[in-house]
Amino acid sequence: MNAVEASSTPILRVENVSKTYKGRKGDTLALEPTTFSIAQGEFVAIVGPSGCGKSTLLHIIGGLIEPSSGQMFLDGQEFFEAGAERGMVFQGYTLFPWLSVRENVKFGPRMQGLPLEEQESRASHFLNEVNLHGFHNHCPKQLSGGMRQRVAIARALANKPRILLMDEPFGALDAQTRAVMQDLVLGIRKREKTTALLITHDIDEAVYLADRIFVMTARPGRFKAEIVVPFGQDRTEAVRDTSEFFELRKQVSHLLHDEGRKVVEAELATARIREG
Amino acid sequence: MQVPTTKSEALAYAKSEVLTSIGADPTVFEGRRKKAKVFRLGGEISPILYWTIAAFMFGLVLELWCFLSYTGRVSPLILPTPTGVLSSAIRLWQAGELWPDIKISVFRIVAGFLASAVLAIPLGILIGAYKGVEAAQEPLNGFIRYIPVPALIPLVMVAAGIGEGAKVLLIFLGTYFQMVLIVADVTRLVPRDLLNASRTLGAKPHQVLFNVLLPATLPGLMETCRTMIGWAWTYLVIAEVVATDSGLGYRIMKAQRFLRTDEIFVGIVILGLLGLLTDLAFKFLQPRLLPWAEEGRNG
Ligand SMILES: Nc1ncnc2c1ncn2[C@@H]1O[C@H](COP(=O)(O)OP(=O)(O)O)[C@@H](O)[C@H]1O
Ligand SMILES: [Mg+2]
Repeated sequence: MNAVEASSTPILRVENVSKTYKGRKGDTLALEPTTFSIAQGEFVAIVGPSGCGKSTLLHIIGGLIEPSSGQMFLDGQEFFEAGAERGMVFQGYTLFPWLSVRENVKFGPRMQGLPLEEQESRASHFLNEVNLHGFHNHCPKQLSGGMRQRVAIARALANKPRILLMDEPFGALDAQTRAVMQDLVLGIRKREKTTALLITHDIDEAVYLADRIFVMTARPGRFKAEIVVPFGQDRTEAVRDTSEFFELRKQVSHLLHDEGRKVVEAELATARIREG
Repeated sequence: MQVPTTKSEALAYAKSEVLTSIGADPTVFEGRRKKAKVFRLGGEISPILYWTIAAFMFGLVLELWCFLSYTGRVSPLILPTPTGVLSSAIRLWQAGELWPDIKISVFRIVAGFLASAVLAIPLGILIGAYKGVEAAQEPLNGFIRYIPVPALIPLVMVAAGIGEGAKVLLIFLGTYFQMVLIVADVTRLVPRDLLNASRTLGAKPHQVLFNVLLPATLPGLMETCRTMIGWAWTYLVIAEVVATDSGLGYRIMKAQRFLRTDEIFVGIVILGLLGLLTDLAFKFLQPRLLPWAEEGRNG
């Protein structure tokens, strides 16, 4: 593959992917047919009201849920199953509690049967990347929530995935910790040239980290707007104080609040119907 | 670690996040409000306080026993005195009758329990992991498990006679079907996201099974074994009371025939002590074998 082709083939291509959950009380259309691409080195964020199908979409891309329709391609190759080339960080804590921090990070390379020295060097490298030098032999239950998510990020990166998928990774953390984690992700992205897809409900987080933001509608989820964030990968914390940041934030916020209101109104309407 | 709720907790928490050097232990925000934890829902108490309360309750029961028996409020035919029971125990021990009974009973428990664990644990995990195995096994097991084991005694005696095999078989029957279903539940309770995470890390199906699902069930399996050994004691006594000429259950039956209430009590107290000992052994081993498991849920 030559350089021109490489830059024109997106890393991830999602085409008309939709999801209908079949249930006893009928079917739920969780995600309308959705199409988008992510290019090499791009950081894309998805924001949307709760229950609009963000997690569903990310789990489909991760190969953990089967889509009801559509196709997905990684580097032009269609995929169906979960795989190490699409690393994932979950909202809840998913470290293996019986493994030390270091063993957790080595898990992926070990499953792939990489040579032991390679496993070790990757563990050291990526634990450094997330600033956890002194914690290799700790066990997960000794760690705070923020530290656990750092390990989860290091663990996903240790496979050197083509794309890093993150489902509200800092949603359960307090504001201060979250800010620290965002700076950490920004640094990693710059050093590792990580391509990433981040789901978040935090508008600041989306604007601070992403190159592009997709705003989704209330359920059934659909991409309603795409906002380009022009700050580039060398942005620093100072960008948070610029008027551009403020404008983008306002723009996303307006788009999102309309949807949020729809969710609440829909809930009220169902409640009223139930009460008769 | 919990997400902090108060402002000072949040500050300490954030500080520990920023200072990622060692020594920045995020568990520092304990302090203050220690009072009345004994009666706080889900509250923790110190081991010393815990064992003091436990010893106090044993003392209370013993005192009640003393009161009822020494004052003659309850006939010695029903409730012998503690000293009477103790002297009977010493007498039986010196006559060399007690130790062989304990040995054979413990042997039956261990054999019956091991047999059922060796079969029930792998099958239970498979039921919990694969819907197909669940369909093949769980409804069937659910049916068999509601057959009371004593109802099977005549059948067991016809099939296996009254030898050691019959007793072990009864303990096996009493524990196996329950255990399969509990192990299946333990397996199903392994968080989905843990399995999902391993798949996105490139683990193949057999690697998910052996490297994630299996270790994740260990704390639950240990807890299950603890519960099932308790059940095994029950079925042991049932087996020994019905047909045998040895063991603690037999000792109790024989004592009853001669109206030796003190010897019945010797048997009961020894059964209780052995049960307590097994429980303590599990409590001792659990944090040592599986130090990574989150404590709290079962104790
Ligand atoms: N396994 C499932 N079965 C049925 N409905 C589901 C399932 N998972 C999610 N849903 C429904 O699909 C919708 C989208 O869920 P989700 O993707 O988790 O939303 P989000 O992550 O945006 O909050 C929600 O209404 C949710 O109730
Ligand atoms: Mg979600």
